Amino acid sequence: MLEYALKGSKKYWVWIFFLSAIILIGVYFYSRQFGYGLGITGLSRDVSWGFYIAQLTFLVGVAASGVMVVLPYYLHNYKAFGKLTILGEFLAIASIVMCMLFVCVDLGQPLRIINIILYPTPNSILFWDTVVLSGYLLLNVIISHTVLEAERKSLPPPKWIKPIIIISIPWAISIHTVTAFLYSGLAARPFWMTAVLAPRFLASAFSSGPALLLIMVFIIKKITKFDPGKEAIKELGLIITYAMCANVFFILMEFFTAFYSSIPEHIRHFQYLYFGLDGHNTLVPWMWSSAILAIVSLVLLLIPKYRKNEKILVWICAAIFISIWIDKGLGMVVTGFIPTPIGKVVDYSPTAPELFISLAIWAIGFFIITVFYKITLSLRRELVT
Amino acid sequence: MNNNRRKFLKLAGLAAIGVSAGKYIDIIAKDTAHTTSPADSISTKQFTSVNVDAKNRWAMVIDLNKCLVEEGCTKCISACHKTHNVPDIGNLKDEVKWIWKENYENAFLDQENYYMKKALKDKKVPIFCNHCDNPPCVRVCPTQATWKREDGIVMMDWHRCIGCRYCIAACPYGSRSFNYIDPRPYIKEITPDFPTRTKGVVEKCTFCDERLAEGLEPACVEACTAKAMIFGNLNDPESNVRELLKENYSIRRKPGLGTNPEIFYLV
Repeated sequence: MLEYALKGSKKYWVWIFFLSAIILIGVYFYSRQFGYGLGITGLSRDVSWGFYIAQLTFLVGVAASGVMVVLPYYLHNYKAFGKLTILGEFLAIASIVMCMLFVCVDLGQPLRIINIILYPTPNSILFWDTVVLSGYLLLNVIISHTVLEAERKSLPPPKWIKPIIIISIPWAISIHTVTAFLYSGLAARPFWMTAVLAPRFLASAFSSGPALLLIMVFIIKKITKFDPGKEAIKELGLIITYAMCANVFFILMEFFTAFYSSIPEHIRHFQYLYFGLDGHNTLVPWMWSSAILAIVSLVLLLIPKYRKNEKILVWICAAIFISIWIDKGLGMVVTGFIPTPIGKVVDYSPTAPELFISLAIWAIGFFIITVFYKITLSLRRELVT
Repeated sequence: MNNNRRKFLKLAGLAAIGVSAGKYIDIIAKDTAHTTSPADSISTKQFTSVNVDAKNRWAMVIDLNKCLVEEGCTKCISACHKTHNVPDIGNLKDEVKWIWKENYENAFLDQENYYMKKALKDKKVPIFCNHCDNPPCVRVCPTQATWKREDGIVMMDWHRCIGCRYCIAACPYGSRSFNYIDPRPYIKEITPDFPTRTKGVVEKCTFCDERLAEGLEPACVEACTAKAMIFGNLNDPESNVRELLKENYSIRRKPGLGTNPEIFYLV
């Protein structure tokens, strides 16, 4: 089926070469990091996880969100999502690949990564994260390949794939739950140690992931003849609305607990994020932007007139994606370390090499999505003609 | 089947049961080691690794009244860092340190009082790995590159560590350092008896396991001329550390987290 990815318009190839160029720049910077060490990043003794791990956290959410189109279609037989499920699964595959790459570039000794398998350690959540992420990748590769192959032969998908698809639904929930457990089980970091972290992760994932999917659907709708149908877009908008409500609700719960209890070790992290602490306020403008985008988009979503207007919906989706990316991909991880366990406020900002390496991994993700979507859409066009 | 062979198999079977039962006794003994005297606990020596005696529970008492009587003293730090080839990188970002001095209010974040004794409030407190009885760093490590020895020392395997830094996130005391860059150019004078580390691995105090194996006290204890650092065996009721803890009021860092630190401070 790969041959479909090798035939394309000029625009397609320009995009492919653009992504490849970004990837090559990232490879160059990674080779420098590989030689010099993680000292090339903005990470420090006190803030020892940063941009890489935050991207991992955000993208696990995007990967898990594929379930938001898979579940209605396969469990509730909701036919309108028929054209979207495979796009959701491909988005999941690309996101998991990005997640794994972000873990790899964050390791001090990447060549020793095999030690996780050589010395399996069930008491480490990182071990389980490796297990669930690899499992989810495998499930989605099998499912998408089998379903697409059946589509090519104009046959219904084989019966044995159904139970595998059903397994992939709770599995999607598990990847983001386990990722939340990486953080929420650490007594050393009061900012992360909250039982609402996993539900909050899921809620933010189920709004930001489908938002990204919708943006991509709008883009391919514009440049190709692909149309998922008005109803699918409308329903996806509704799913995003529910998830975003839950997400904002959970964030407000965090605020209440921290500020009403007034325990310094809890409250100081929130102060750092939204007001700055001891003169350190790098994240303050970001977090307020995130909050404003979240509130504005939620209000617009709640008004059916705007939600059902596709031209407005695409901007709402962009706002939600950016808002949650700031929340999870910038604020969440770093603030666990600030202030430090001995009460010091140490700033962190990613360096240029760190950003270029991250950008390259995102480009790899978009490369995978582009190729997979191209294959799917070319195949479908051929079947029609 | 001849008689001898049957006898041998029987014995081997019994021995196998014995070994596995021994392991359980070992676990039980470890759990109760703090409350019962070592004479009561069953000998577990045969199940432990070389040079590690599970009857021992190494700990340290730091007498803050004696520490830093001499203004700006850093003898323990220099001794430790020299013995263990800890680099002096010179910037806060890439810094590696095994033992250092911190303000009282930072070392004991949740035990600060507004109007406490001035001498104590202004005190710089030596802090390092607490060798917790219930170490969160060991719990999270995905490769068992950090583990707790039978005698309580939390160890590091610099050849197995993949540099994920999960242990740093899990440590409530900030005791761990990561080699963000190659540390070797920053070691002033290399001590040949001790390994240097490579970039990309985590390191921390190991209670001088290499010196304990030779029957020596940790380097910081030896270097402290004020005799403010006292090292000993918590499981021995007659030991110097047990005597000090019995006679004095002591505090530990963040005891509420249940990590059970084995470094005690007399205030």
